[in-house]
Amino acid sequence: MSSSVTAIRELAEREYKWGFVTDIEAESIPKGLSEDVIRLISAKKHEPEFMLEWRLKAYRHWASLQQADAEPKWANIKYPPINYQDIVYYSAPQKKPGLKSLDEVDPEILRTYEKLGIPLEERKRLAGVAVDAVFDSVSVATTFKEKLAEAGVIFCSFSEAVQKHPDLVQKYLGSVVPYTDNFFASLNAAVFSDGSFVYVPKGVRCPMELSTYFRINAAETGQFERTLIVADEGAYVSYLEGCTAPIRDQNQLHAAVVELIALDDAQIKYSTVQNWYPGDKEGRGGIYNFVTKRGKCAGVNSKISWTQVETGSAITWKYPSCILQGDNSVGEFYSVALTNNYQQADTGTKMIHIGKNTRSTIVSKGISAGHGQNTYRGGVKILKGATAARNYTQCDSLLIGDKCGAHTFPYIEVRNSTARMEHEASTSKIGDDQLFYLRQRGLKTEDAVSMIVNGFCKRVFRELPMEFAVEAQKLLSVSLEGSVG
Amino acid sequence: MGLLEIENLHVTVDNHEILKGLDLKVNLGEVHSIMGPNGSGKSTLAQVLARRESYEVTEGKITLDGKNLLEMKPEEAACEGLFMAFQYPVEVPGITNAYFLRSALNAIRKYRGQDEMDAMDFIPLIREKAKLFEMDEKLMNRSVNEAFSGGEKKRNEILQMAVLQPRLAILDETDSGLDIDALRIVANGVNAMRSPDRSMIIVTHYQRLLNYIVPDYVHVLVDGRIVRSGGADLALELESKGYGWAESEERSAAPA
Repeated sequence: MSSSVTAIRELAEREYKWGFVTDIEAESIPKGLSEDVIRLISAKKHEPEFMLEWRLKAYRHWASLQQADAEPKWANIKYPPINYQDIVYYSAPQKKPGLKSLDEVDPEILRTYEKLGIPLEERKRLAGVAVDAVFDSVSVATTFKEKLAEAGVIFCSFSEAVQKHPDLVQKYLGSVVPYTDNFFASLNAAVFSDGSFVYVPKGVRCPMELSTYFRINAAETGQFERTLIVADEGAYVSYLEGCTAPIRDQNQLHAAVVELIALDDAQIKYSTVQNWYPGDKEGRGGIYNFVTKRGKCAGVNSKISWTQVETGSAITWKYPSCILQGDNSVGEFYSVALTNNYQQADTGTKMIHIGKNTRSTIVSKGISAGHGQNTYRGGVKILKGATAARNYTQCDSLLIGDKCGAHTFPYIEVRNSTARMEHEASTSKIGDDQLFYLRQRGLKTEDAVSMIVNGFCKRVFRELPMEFAVEAQKLLSVSLEGSVG
Repeated sequence: MGLLEIENLHVTVDNHEILKGLDLKVNLGEVHSIMGPNGSGKSTLAQVLARRESYEVTEGKITLDGKNLLEMKPEEAACEGLFMAFQYPVEVPGITNAYFLRSALNAIRKYRGQDEMDAMDFIPLIREKAKLFEMDEKLMNRSVNEAFSGGEKKRNEILQMAVLQPRLAILDETDSGLDIDALRIVANGVNAMRSPDRSMIIVTHYQRLLNYIVPDYVHVLVDGRIVRSGGADLALELESKGYGWAESEERSAAPA
């Protein structure tokens, strides 16, 4: 008993080391949301007419939802009402974005990313990873663009894509997550200011990992980024995202949208290490993370794979999903969600089987400590035409201490009798027996806890690209599984 | 001075006194066996020595190498050279046996100011030990104790002991659940580790194990006290006469 209590306290008291603020001149617009604000954001980004139209439609839809009090309430989370007029919807570092060379990026911002462990100078980067750095509302730098261009891969900020590849943006924007999708997706569609855009042409295997690092810096500002990834026929891309924010007493809203499209024989692997500021020990502050992520396996034999490690945020509301439209397409979801102190997570996935022989795999690992509340919410739908569809779901919860909670809401809807469904679930507790055993072998309590948690998450960590697997394990403050075994 | 000295030890679990004034002295290089009927306090003694926190010491003293053992956390006792082979080894899913053992070894080495051992040096070491205990090397790459048979778990405990090289090893009912072949393998391993630099306490209900590991001293624990101490032949006498006999005899002091 006493040893697990100590362990939890030690876990809880670990500092959030990404919580610093960068002192930089920012260009922000006044708080609040209106059609004028939407027009202002669009104008600042010199957007073509179709973008403004789309934003305005989204805004009007969102405003009608808000009027109807249609903010979703079904999730197993509690938070005071968000005042949407009390948020700054656009904040950018004073220097103009969209610079050609990294030399022109404000040195203060470069230092910020350096401090976060994401050096933006290409010579300092691991050769295999290209980075798009998003600072508050704008992309400040994208590395390795030229090298990627040689392979025909487009990797740039969303703003740049709107300017340079408007046809692609217009074709795919909203094709997976329409602006009417849900309350937070509508809000995002209206005000999103930047994000990443990826297009991998036919038959191209993207020569390096692509990644975006999101940083919230300004106070009282929301971050609304939008990412769009298109893998054309036979293409392959692996994309990673990471995120952090300063320590602040006030909650901050993050409402992102990610759309993935995989055409025939294409494959997209999308990994997230989410480490937004989680709030303090008493539950003050922290990011409200309301995110809509969805991929469409539009083509035959296509595959979309989501892997997420969610350790941050005061509230996580997130369900990366797959629409398995193409015959033989494959959807995967691997998740680790950790809630500590007063963090709340309601996360999971939806797998919509439309095509024949479609397969999906769901592996969810929820860890609750302190007063944390962790909910898995999953929906597996087999539509009429989805002959011989298969789903495998494994859903495990680990409890540390006796003040936290784990909840599971799996929904399964099958309309074709040839479907094969498997569902496994377990709940376990880090017991004193387990801790004592490891400590008797010489491991300190916190190392013993880390080891148990790490072992619990192993199935998911295995899906992460190496560099992120390391970061994820560090995040759960665990020692790395060595090369032995 | 003995490696381990226990004086007048009283231990309470859930307001129930289990050990009621136990004395024991173990010198370096000696092998002691603690025998006794169920519920006599054998496992409680082992757990207290390993510093399990749910056992409350209400009176008495324990020193390890002259240091106050009762002030140590379990991991500190481990790093000071105390090892317990568990009666019921615990599973750690997702962590390989090899990784776990290397982490434990390095935690102890770090405590002692030694360099950590890397995987390249560690692999040959566990290969050698696995051979000694006739263990399938594949067990090293499986999750700790997960889906191990009863015999594999016990052999794994002794293998850990062989890698960690403790000064004081406590074997808590290591013979329970072992068939005769596994018993022989475990006993051979333990015997191979007997050394003038290491002491062992073998806690057991049955004399059987002591046919293979012949102790220097045997103590009979009944109702929280050592009621009789003697040489290896005491175990045989107990086997034929039963614990009732030992209890009725007058208590004699532990050998110096």
